[in-house]
Amino acid sequence: MTDLTWINGALTAARPQAIGALLRYFRDLDTAEEAYQEACLRALQNWPRNGPPRDPAAWLILVGRNAALDGARRRARQDPLPEEETLSDLEDVETPLAERLDGSHYRDDVLRLLFICCHPELPATQQIALALRIVSGLTVAQIARAFLVSDAAMEQRITRAKSRIARADVPFETPGAVERAERLAAVAAMIYLVFNEGYSARTSLCDEAIRLARLLLRLFPAEPEVMGLTALMLLQHARAAARFDAAGEIVLLDDQDRSLWDGKLIAEGLALIDKAMRHRAPGVYQVQAAIAALHARAARPEETDWAQIDALYEALERLQPSPVVTLNRAVAVSKVQGAEEALAMIEPLAERLAGYFHFFGVKGGLLLQLGRGEEARVAFDRAIALANTPAEAAHIRMHLDRLGVG
Amino acid sequence: MMYAVLCYNDEDVVWSWSKEEDAAVMARLGVVQQKLAREGKLGPSLRLLPTTSATTLRKTQDPPLVIDGPFAETKEQLLGFYILDVANLDEALDAARELAAVNPGGSYEIRPVALYHADPRAG
Repeated sequence: MTDLTWINGALTAARPQAIGALLRYFRDLDTAEEAYQEACLRALQNWPRNGPPRDPAAWLILVGRNAALDGARRRARQDPLPEEETLSDLEDVETPLAERLDGSHYRDDVLRLLFICCHPELPATQQIALALRIVSGLTVAQIARAFLVSDAAMEQRITRAKSRIARADVPFETPGAVERAERLAAVAAMIYLVFNEGYSARTSLCDEAIRLARLLLRLFPAEPEVMGLTALMLLQHARAAARFDAAGEIVLLDDQDRSLWDGKLIAEGLALIDKAMRHRAPGVYQVQAAIAALHARAARPEETDWAQIDALYEALERLQPSPVVTLNRAVAVSKVQGAEEALAMIEPLAERLAGYFHFFGVKGGLLLQLGRGEEARVAFDRAIALANTPAEAAHIRMHLDRLGVG
Repeated sequence: MMYAVLCYNDEDVVWSWSKEEDAAVMARLGVVQQKLAREGKLGPSLRLLPTTSATTLRKTQDPPLVIDGPFAETKEQLLGFYILDVANLDEALDAARELAAVNPGGSYEIRPVALYHADPRAG
């Protein structure tokens, strides 16, 4: 029983491991990708006839490696290797290979593959595009659509990223503990970039980021920050269906229909943050996930534990001091202590957040609560000028409408 | 005779399904489950979250050791189970075949139940 949906699923699931291993053999990204593609083509011919292999990733690695060596030899005008059908028993070769892959190689292969996408020389947009192309296996057209650019522009972006990678030193030796931790942090940040790209543009990239995070978590099951990152994305993504109304306008947390939240994603997110907290090693993803968890646990907005959220933002300010974090904390403070205190808290941020849409949105909202309509209008006007998406602008315009402009 | 049908599959594959693909599989399974329920053969059933959300308590030492992740690293994972109340193994296999027909891939382990406590909260 091998239906096409299953084969496609198996090929997608095996992709990071297979390309990661092929990259280790060939030490060249293009060769590894071509070898994987060739193996997939053969899988599509072979699996429906002979049934799926016990270990699809091992099959793809072996066949891909042979195909690439075959191609290289053919180019060198030597005798080609036999086709995989004529290999007497693939299973025999597959078993030791699979055993090797279960070991530490597998983990480092996939981590390396993720890590080369986060090369510090690559701008964030290229990191994301590269990861989606190489690790997730999205087509250039799919990625282009997610970024709202033309296929040609995306093709160029990915080609440019790849040539930078080719020039850079990709570390192939097995990483030590410190390097592994550094790679893990870089990869986590890249995955969160993918998520945020999907979050603001409302695309399927959020699902892809969660898939990558689960992959990373399976490789590093005891890393609390990987649990935190996965939980954070699950809890935020759980609200996707409630975040926009039928007209495509933003619905704020307080106004969301909580019955539209995805209970399965919330359950998984809460389970992960519970697991992470046991380690007593707080980090920025865990704290943010804990904040998202408090929102998720409140059946109605008025049940939200704002005091605890305030305390968590305070912890986040210590771990990662940033005016944006303080701005978020001010929202919690406004709920606990009032708009006056919150306004006093964000006023010192004015200079650093002079170009930040949300600063003026929050400021306008606080001024509005304090009955300072004219000042609120000025802040909202500034927010509209800085809006990143039409939905953001429309949301602020709604506040302006309530102020009774004109 | 009660049987547990333990559902094993590659969770990488299953959790890679899009929302639509997942919903389609669940809808197809729902039809079979309703039929089995009408025939009085279906007991409780449940689906598990990914093994990345699992925690394992190793009882081989005292105090037991808490480990992140599933009990065993396997190629296919336990993703959920059904309880069937049927006359014999053949009937259990028939029911499992019907479920398999709408959800290919992976394996069902059909395992007789030794002891069954209904949900004590059900009262």
